[in-house]
Amino acid sequence: MNNQFELPASYKKWTWGLIIAGVLALLYGIIMFHPFAPAEHGSGNYSSTRFWAVLLQNSVYWLLVVNASMFFICVTTMAMGGWQIALRRVPEAISSVVPILGIITFLILMAIVWGGRTDIYPWLDKSVVAKDAILNGKSGFLNPKFYTIWSGVCIFMWWILGRKMRSLSLETDKNGTMDYETGKKWIWKNTVWASLYTVFFGLSVASTAPWLWLMSIDAHWYSTMYSWYTFASTFVSGMSLVALFVIFLKNKGQLEYVTEEHLHDVGKFMFAFSVFWTYLWFSQYMLIWYSNQPEETKYFIERIGTAEKSGPYHGLFFLNLVLNFLCPLLILMRRGVKRNWTSVSIMAVLIIFGHWIDFYQMVMPGTMKDHAEMMPFEFGIAALFIGLILWGVGKYLTSNPLTAKNHPFLKESMIHHT
Amino acid sequence: MAGGIKKFVVGSFDDEAVLFPAVKNVRKAGYKIHDVYTPFPIHGLDHAMGLRETSIHTAGFIYAITGTTTALTFMSWVFTKDWPLNIGGKPHFALPAWIPITFELTVLFSAVGMVLTFCYLCQLSPFVKKHHFHARATDDLFVMAIECTDKTDDAEVQSFLQKAGAKEINIQVAETGWWIGRYDREQKLYREEKGY
Repeated sequence: MNNQFELPASYKKWTWGLIIAGVLALLYGIIMFHPFAPAEHGSGNYSSTRFWAVLLQNSVYWLLVVNASMFFICVTTMAMGGWQIALRRVPEAISSVVPILGIITFLILMAIVWGGRTDIYPWLDKSVVAKDAILNGKSGFLNPKFYTIWSGVCIFMWWILGRKMRSLSLETDKNGTMDYETGKKWIWKNTVWASLYTVFFGLSVASTAPWLWLMSIDAHWYSTMYSWYTFASTFVSGMSLVALFVIFLKNKGQLEYVTEEHLHDVGKFMFAFSVFWTYLWFSQYMLIWYSNQPEETKYFIERIGTAEKSGPYHGLFFLNLVLNFLCPLLILMRRGVKRNWTSVSIMAVLIIFGHWIDFYQMVMPGTMKDHAEMMPFEFGIAALFIGLILWGVGKYLTSNPLTAKNHPFLKESMIHHT
Repeated sequence: MAGGIKKFVVGSFDDEAVLFPAVKNVRKAGYKIHDVYTPFPIHGLDHAMGLRETSIHTAGFIYAITGTTTALTFMSWVFTKDWPLNIGGKPHFALPAWIPITFELTVLFSAVGMVLTFCYLCQLSPFVKKHHFHARATDDLFVMAIECTDKTDDAEVQSFLQKAGAKEINIQVAETGWWIGRYDREQKLYREEKGY
């Protein structure tokens, strides 16, 4: 512990700067947008809707992004991966923010559901549901009680299973080098917990959580691709966040065993999952375009518009594809780019921003209709969450060793090359 | 097609842990390594031999965009100019419907193109023969062939390889290129020297 990493002053300045900017934006929102006024329909006043929609978009996005890094740890553990051990403490640090963002997200979701925000979730309106055969059929799933319980269970499970994975990793720092038998047992224990996490992740992030939190905004519409799409979106952003922190720590002279070989592999994740995201985006789009059912195409008409009249999200919709598909595909394709610290940082920022835009166009058309805004308020709330992530990650990085030096696979990571 | 007859000092190693420092030392001593033949791919050997990065992936990219343009231009020509059909009321220029096919042709062009390029670069083809420095290079020996010029002192190279840990050392005069035909003992493509 003698060589504990200390945060540079600029990091602290950025953390608090972003948090203060975010809190100011939040206060501005509370004062200007009357968020606790009842939801209005058709009055043309979307300011309170805007407040909740922006909070929903940002909280769910950033929570799933930090949660993705624990998924990365768990799947690499289950695959007996060795290369990532040199940088493993970084995704661990990022996933340690899950409880903080989880509680905030839970509070926001509860405020939306129990505050009767029918402008966000139309299925909250009992009189509408009673008259509507489709919503009535979904009411076993889309009701406030189930929403509350399952959201709580999801966040709680990510929290405790993630904490178990982190504590397994941290206890090796105290116990010293493991012999073969102890190491084998320890790896097995890791594998079991990682499997539990991954199974639960499949039940939550890769299926039910995005259905409840995001897809139910357009309650009539459904897509079986939706959760995978959300997962791909957040996983690629999560890997980009890991890359950014790895590069930051490497710049500060930490993570002695991380080389450009490890960066190359992280870059490959960013590249591959950008393509995977596009695959899901396209699969969802093409099936709906092809079958041309009015109840399904509604989702895309709200975003792109029709041949006669392009919608307000037209530009954003295609910007989403450019940022998250064309740029990563063409720029990250070359080997040299994935091995260059500067270009990976730039691409990571681009991808995180691109998927923030992706979430924006998932949430806004169903809630704000044609009145969406992208003003300092939207960016301010994003700044608040980024600031919280920086704060939480910084706390973990300064209180734990940055290299899991007693991990049985560390040697494999040290000699790793692609 | 003859690449010319050249003289080689051939050293065979039975351990890859010996081979790596040997490759490094031979290069440091300034000898020119013609090639190293191994029974299985060895990670990092290309780097140790100082081979340049392959540019086959650049070729792959070019094949891929050729596939993309072929698919898109062909389909748009067929469905808008040559034989427009009304399919489910969709526009003639139905881009989303073409994406899967465009993707498939991209992959097909790049995969097939890269395989053919690889075969061309490695001079691999049915009926094409190349000189084998040691038959056991396909079994259990790592075979290093060092190219000799007029000025090279064979004996010096041989003793160098001996010190580097080679198990078998000999001198071969061999055709460097490929030829079509058979391995014919009568052709005397290499001759054995020093009573080996």
